[in-house]
Amino acid sequence: MAERATERALAGSRIRERRIAQGLRQAELALDVGISASYLNLIEHNRRRIGGKLLQNIAQRLDVEPSLLADGAERAVVARLSAVAERFGEEAGQAEASDFAARFPGWANLVIRSSRRVQELERNVETLTDRLTHDPHLAATLHEVLSTVTAIRSTASILTETREIEPEWRDRFHRNINEDATRLAEGAQALVGFLDGVGDAHSEVSSPQEEFAAFLSAYSWHFPALEEGQASAADSYLKGALQLKSSSAHAIAARYLKCYAEDAGKMPLRAFEEAVTEQGIDPLGLASRFGVDTASAMRRIATLQGLDCGIVVCDASGTMILRKPVEGFPIPRFGAACPLWPLFQALSRPMVAMADTVTQPARGGGGEESRFQAFAVAQPVLSASYGREPLLEATMLIVPAEAGEGKASKQEQAQKIGSSCRVCPRDGCLARREPSIMTSGF
Amino acid sequence: MSKLAGKTVLIIEDEPNIIEAISFILSRDGSTVHTHSNGQTAIEAVAERAPDLIVLDVMLPGRSGYDILKDLRNAEATAQTPVLMLTARGQMKDREMALEYGANKFMTKPFSNADVLEAVRELATS
Repeated sequence: MAERATERALAGSRIRERRIAQGLRQAELALDVGISASYLNLIEHNRRRIGGKLLQNIAQRLDVEPSLLADGAERAVVARLSAVAERFGEEAGQAEASDFAARFPGWANLVIRSSRRVQELERNVETLTDRLTHDPHLAATLHEVLSTVTAIRSTASILTETREIEPEWRDRFHRNINEDATRLAEGAQALVGFLDGVGDAHSEVSSPQEEFAAFLSAYSWHFPALEEGQASAADSYLKGALQLKSSSAHAIAARYLKCYAEDAGKMPLRAFEEAVTEQGIDPLGLASRFGVDTASAMRRIATLQGLDCGIVVCDASGTMILRKPVEGFPIPRFGAACPLWPLFQALSRPMVAMADTVTQPARGGGGEESRFQAFAVAQPVLSASYGREPLLEATMLIVPAEAGEGKASKQEQAQKIGSSCRVCPRDGCLARREPSIMTSGF
Repeated sequence: MSKLAGKTVLIIEDEPNIIEAISFILSRDGSTVHTHSNGQTAIEAVAERAPDLIVLDVMLPGRSGYDILKDLRNAEATAQTPVLMLTARGQMKDREMALEYGANKFMTKPFSNADVLEAVRELATS
């Protein structure tokens, strides 16, 4: 009986049911998917068949799988429920699955989506595990480090434990230890480089953020058609982007390109370049000149060709949502960054533009530190509701010291910061949250 | 006391400073040490006369230590020669693979000189 009832349900009815459940008016949904309300009305009353792109757009707007709206959807749902049950070793008959889908369509949809999510996460785990165990670069570097450590250990042990050793052997072993120590430092640097992921946007990616980073890197963060104000250009960039494999990465990129186009409209490229030449890299001054907020000016500076500035944006939880590394200022690919970054200080002082001189340790912990001017500001990203705090996003512009000199606050000495605790060689840092492999591991 | 006196040990390893260190401690214990950094030339060398023991690295240029071990076991001269395998990988599957291919003992880098010496003495004199 239930099966017959579900067979009768048509795509239009299901769209109507879900639209109403979400409190959407017919006119709103029609507008969002680019059709007239009267046409949507015909669809919802099953007087027009629906499929293809329009069905996908409506499904996306209603946040549901297209196949769950299409004609014959119940058969697909029942088949998928059965597949889920089989995957988890449960015995669920066809009639049972059909009854469940008919009586609880929302829960059935949730079960299917959860199962799909589990599969996606399992794939991610496999990819990451595979990357760690089979990455040829990582494997070769680890082997190199372990072999070198073995050589040093054996040689040092001989020098310490052998009572009588010929001078020529002793000299040879001293020379070997010296060679191996140099190799070990290089191996350690290579490992840190892998963990940092600096300049590694072209390597195989798996997370939406990595796909997005690869997309931006492929275009060198510059989108000429958006500079010229072509309204449909963003769609063209998105359609042609091979780097954006997941729908999440696609959505992140779409949001970024919208923001880029708005920035380009408010701060036209030529005028902005002239202003930078005239004023220098001064986000506050440039924001005032173009009548925009400070974060917008920072984003615009970061995308200027030839300036080599980096940028990081994080949300109120400190999660980085945009990162453009710059030579000498590594931005971690995974996990959290250094809590001393002005980016995070800015979150505690909303709307206050900060400018600090910061230094990053040289690769491997030795040598001269890299010096930067870091400009940071935290701003609301959503209009505030009554009685609620606004949602903040912090932006930090990273300028190599020579280029940004003169605009940063000169009242204090350079703040010593790092990339992330895991690969930071600084001893005695009060902000350290975990030991570093640079000091405790080797 | 030189427990390895009169024994011949072949080291197949591509890391020259490890070769030098192990050669030194085994020589001091009385053995005659021959070394090869390439597995293929080592196989050709031992075809005529097998050593008393072979120390074999897993990750070698060209062919892996497992492939070399397979060839050693298929050769009449070295089919029964004790083999100590050295590797930077310490996973259980690596250990299992080494034993399956016919290694007599398996050691993970970084190892101590004392452990290597003890293992070689045990295998060469058993």
